[in-house]
Amino acid sequence: MHADGFEYHRAGTVEEAVDLLGSIPDAEPLAGAHGLLPRMKTDEESPPALVDISRIERLSGIERDGGSLTVGALATHADIAESTAVREHAPALAEAAGAVGDLQVRAGGTIGGNLAHGDPRVDPAAAVLALKAKTTLRGPDGERTLAASELFEGEFETAVGADEIVTALEVPTDGAGTSAYHKRRNPLSGYAAVGVAGYLRCDEGAIEEARVGVTAVGPHPIRLRGVEAELEGASAEAATAAAAADRVGESLPASGVRSDPYASAEFRSHLLSVDTEDLLGGLLGDA
Amino acid sequence: MSEHEITLTVNGEKHELRVEARTLLVEALREELGYTGANVGCETGRCGACTVRVDGDALKSCTRFAVQADGAEIETVEGLSEEGELSGLQASFKRNHGLQCGFCTPGMLLTAGTFLEDAEDPSRAEIREAIEGNLCRCTGYHNIVDAVEQVATDGGGESL
Repeated sequence: MHADGFEYHRAGTVEEAVDLLGSIPDAEPLAGAHGLLPRMKTDEESPPALVDISRIERLSGIERDGGSLTVGALATHADIAESTAVREHAPALAEAAGAVGDLQVRAGGTIGGNLAHGDPRVDPAAAVLALKAKTTLRGPDGERTLAASELFEGEFETAVGADEIVTALEVPTDGAGTSAYHKRRNPLSGYAAVGVAGYLRCDEGAIEEARVGVTAVGPHPIRLRGVEAELEGASAEAATAAAAADRVGESLPASGVRSDPYASAEFRSHLLSVDTEDLLGGLLGDA
Repeated sequence: MSEHEITLTVNGEKHELRVEARTLLVEALREELGYTGANVGCETGRCGACTVRVDGDALKSCTRFAVQADGAEIETVEGLSEEGELSGLQASFKRNHGLQCGFCTPGMLLTAGTFLEDAEDPSRAEIREAIEGNLCRCTGYHNIVDAVEQVATDGGGESL
């Protein structure tokens, strides 16, 4: 299998990358290649030009500063999964990164590409939603920030513009919340069949703040707002998890739940409910 | 359709070559430079037969363009033995019957060797997880895990 021919350009700086993407028609950024290259081999995508951003310095670090964690777009899944700061302050993200693919894929794939490419099954997306992480983008008009809920728009569609690149992920870490990610792996593809991430902040036995992000269930990763509504204000005890999971159906995408040979839409919805209850039960047990 | 002059240092030997932008790293290694140890199995990034090390990381060389690896230090299975003497991990695979047809073995060795560099007293479950990206259709994995475990137990961190 071969990718179609393309023009390769290498950017040394963010500015150069943005200039190249803006001046070459239909050019796309290339970093770890793990999302794009397999799809180029099967002709699902065939960009005429690629701008390699993988050598841009200062885009790969992970830093904690005050109330937030900055994860550079070129940080690999292995970097994130192994980072002490991410494990301590954003465990759902560390767990999701550690659940991506396999050892080699985690060493090659980057978080920026993982999110910007818009594959509806990627693990980190669920954590990004649950942790309310923001994506920092650079384009011809300078820098802008996208909230997690604005990033994912459809299957392989994100709000990242054609001449923009993701430069970082900003994860708020100021609260005293706990978070976790649960992956039910499709044994054939290695992608999530259902992936759920949860964030809970409890105070004096009650849930003050709750967010649940889901990947691999809809055309793009989603929040389970009904489940969150049930959780917020409820008692921080195991029984709450079951009541909340009962409301999974309210947030399923109107356009339909994904269906594949591993799980029909109906079965996948059921699995989502089971996994959401498990995940929340675990978080409430820790809270 | 661009072409590029790139430099790859493979097992310590520096090579200069010209590749099309779309040439995969595994193709450059096998077809341009003759390092046929990295095998082409599934070509979709799942089977791991093409695993090599790029600047120390175990990567699937079918999922990287050769031009992206310009300037990189690459290790392939050809570089594991020294003057015909098997590395500790290779010897352990042989001793434990950790291979049959051998197609997956180069990738297994590179992945397991990379894992062993950082792993401290890994459990069998951790070893299995480390090689989950390398498919073997002969052994049932049991003897491969034995081989890796034995090196880990013998303090084989430098065995690759």
